[in-house]
Amino acid sequence: MAEPLAAAGNAGAAPAPELLTTADGRPLRAALAKAQTRARRRAFLLVVPLLVFVLLTFLVPIGYMLQRSFQHDGFSSAAPALDAWFAANPKFDPANPPEEAYAALVDDLKRMQGDRTTGIAGTRINYTVPGTVSLFKSGARDAETLTPPFKQGLVATNPRWAEPKIWLAMAAASHNTTPEFYYVAADYKLTDNGWERGAPNERIYLYLFAKTFLVSGIITFICLILAFPVAHLLATLPMSRASLLMILVLLPFWTSLLVRTSAWIALLQEQGVVNNMLVKIGLVADGNRLAMMYNMTGTIVAMTHVLLPFMILPLYSVMRTIPVSYTRAARSLGATSWTTFRRVYLPQTLPGIAAGSLLVFILAVGYYITPALVGGADGQLISNLISFHMAKSNWSLAAALAGMLLVAILVLYWIYDKLIGIDRLKLG
Amino acid sequence: MKKVLTITTALTLLASAAHADLTVMSWGGAYGEAQTNAFVKPFMEKTGVKTVMVDSDNPATPIKAMVESGNVTVDVASVEYADAIRLCDEGILEPIDPASLPAGSDGTAAKDDFLKGAVTECGVSTDIWANVFAYDTTKFKGDNAPKTVADFFDLKKFPGKRGLKKGAKAVLELALMADGVPAKDVYTTLSTPEGVDRAFKKLDTIKKDVVWWEAGAQAPQLLADGEVSMTTAYNGRIFAAAINEGKPFAIVWDGQIYENEMFVIPKGAPNMKEAKDFVAFATSTDGLRASAQQISYGPARKSAMLKPLIFKDGKTEMGPHLPTSPDNMKNALETSSTFWVDHDAELNERFQAWLSQ
Repeated sequence: MAEPLAAAGNAGAAPAPELLTTADGRPLRAALAKAQTRARRRAFLLVVPLLVFVLLTFLVPIGYMLQRSFQHDGFSSAAPALDAWFAANPKFDPANPPEEAYAALVDDLKRMQGDRTTGIAGTRINYTVPGTVSLFKSGARDAETLTPPFKQGLVATNPRWAEPKIWLAMAAASHNTTPEFYYVAADYKLTDNGWERGAPNERIYLYLFAKTFLVSGIITFICLILAFPVAHLLATLPMSRASLLMILVLLPFWTSLLVRTSAWIALLQEQGVVNNMLVKIGLVADGNRLAMMYNMTGTIVAMTHVLLPFMILPLYSVMRTIPVSYTRAARSLGATSWTTFRRVYLPQTLPGIAAGSLLVFILAVGYYITPALVGGADGQLISNLISFHMAKSNWSLAAALAGMLLVAILVLYWIYDKLIGIDRLKLG
Repeated sequence: MKKVLTITTALTLLASAAHADLTVMSWGGAYGEAQTNAFVKPFMEKTGVKTVMVDSDNPATPIKAMVESGNVTVDVASVEYADAIRLCDEGILEPIDPASLPAGSDGTAAKDDFLKGAVTECGVSTDIWANVFAYDTTKFKGDNAPKTVADFFDLKKFPGKRGLKKGAKAVLELALMADGVPAKDVYTTLSTPEGVDRAFKKLDTIKKDVVWWEAGAQAPQLLADGEVSMTTAYNGRIFAAAINEGKPFAIVWDGQIYENEMFVIPKGAPNMKEAKDFVAFATSTDGLRASAQQISYGPARKSAMLKPLIFKDGKTEMGPHLPTSPDNMKNALETSSTFWVDHDAELNERFQAWLSQ
């Protein structure tokens, strides 16, 4: 049954391209293709400004920062003699480097003093062995007066020059490309025996990563619970009242982030509006005011408020397109209101839930200002430490931390795509 | 089309040439305002060079980014002492010849007139500021007022929450001094693992009662809101709140931790000559005096202290409010830039880990 039909179709279509030509005699297919290419080129030209903009302001800086997370030439460019020595002796004993190694070091220290690169080289080593900027500075000053044997002389000026970890750090830093910043970002410390996990009271980054994701998850969940009824109301109210409600949603969205965060401080702090009211009506004793600010509670409350519109808007846009007749049909066929919601309404809102959750979660993971202002002791997130290292000019570590965050988010995005499908995402 | 391009390019070049404003970057707030009044406006009047003041949370960060990207738009910046040293080491800053700085008003050569350490290879001190702690005078009065740095940690005698800067610097030193380490031994103690443990152990005693602040303006705000009964703060912020706004705040100078604030010139500053003139003008005896009359940070020149300084309100004598006043210097610690350049990242990691425990 199917075969003759297909054959008939083929027979009818095959000779057609040769017959059809345009008015000036060119084959129609070629003319069409040419016209389409031209249209596509024009469309591409329209997109070029955005493409260039995205490339210049987004991809290039991100690529440049990520490159810094594994590349640093601060030491290698300042210490050519040591670079050469390390390259020739890759298997040296860091516990007892030979005299030539010290000779190369002294040679480089003299050069650093002349080139004014002591600080750059010392800072690079300081990233993995704290306390070495001053070691390099004083070493470079002393190097001028040193005479062979350099090993004895240099160690006499400061015994730290014999420390194996300093030699390990210099050997690693003599390569431009290094995974060391990622070791530091994973709470490893360089010791005399190589890289080892830091002591429990020194581990911070992995813990903060876990906490950041946990807090972001909590905030996303609360946002969803709060936004769902609001979005539903917005989508079902008559237009005139819905737009009034919409303004209430958008007004905080248009207000400065700092103003909103400060407003929460004024409301929730111990001498704030909420506590004052609770004390006045006698719910809370004056000496026993609730601590709702400068802790995790404050961070979650303020961030939930700031991010709520990002959940409401995608939900609303999806809910508005769901015809009321579906739920009515379900009810008329005998479903309870809970079954109707669970089996008919909720599945249709999934694209909105997914989009809103993804948006809120990703924004929360990178949030910086709000936790910095209201976080207190336990409200710190990983972004606060990234900012610290940017300010203290360890850009490589900041880039490594940011890179790890980026990878973690991409992994989540991939899981999301596998579970729900990125094509079902509906942002508005 | 080509003609239009040429003309616009020429115009842009012309505009950027005519746009030779001297740009000074500082910290904003009461401090930025004081520097505008003390340095920027008089410099413009005297030289006719159009000078603008821009704000930053910490000028050291944008300056490094500017020099590294080769697009320097700032001529002079106000940075912390340790940053002036660190950025100079990293080759970000232009060296400043001490001989180019004007002599003191009494004729003393600049290098003898400036206090020790106030002129470095790439920076000149504009003022000396201090980390101090302040309390609410309505909560602690007369003999019951805190007097020593140890009182800050005494929750029994002085109940109430404490405000502390969220960061290792100046907090660890404070804890050690409160634990009885003399100012001169603080950094040698802090260089040992036992010393660091000791500082954190002292901080443990008040940890649950601490409200942490980050921006300088937060500290007086916490005190004014009654959120804390005592807080560490930059002394100028407390002075401004007490004198300008009449807040009931008092400073305890015992255990103050002071340091120089520096003017630096980034490498490749667009108006190098004017920038150097500006630094020389601002750090002259008169310049430093003008600044100390705007905000309670001490001048770093001996000659600037010869005559009494009066606050801009016309009646408050600045002397007792300055970190450099002899009465306030009895138990004082100068921040060690060498120590913090070496250990900032390490101790901050430890500090953050301690916070989240």
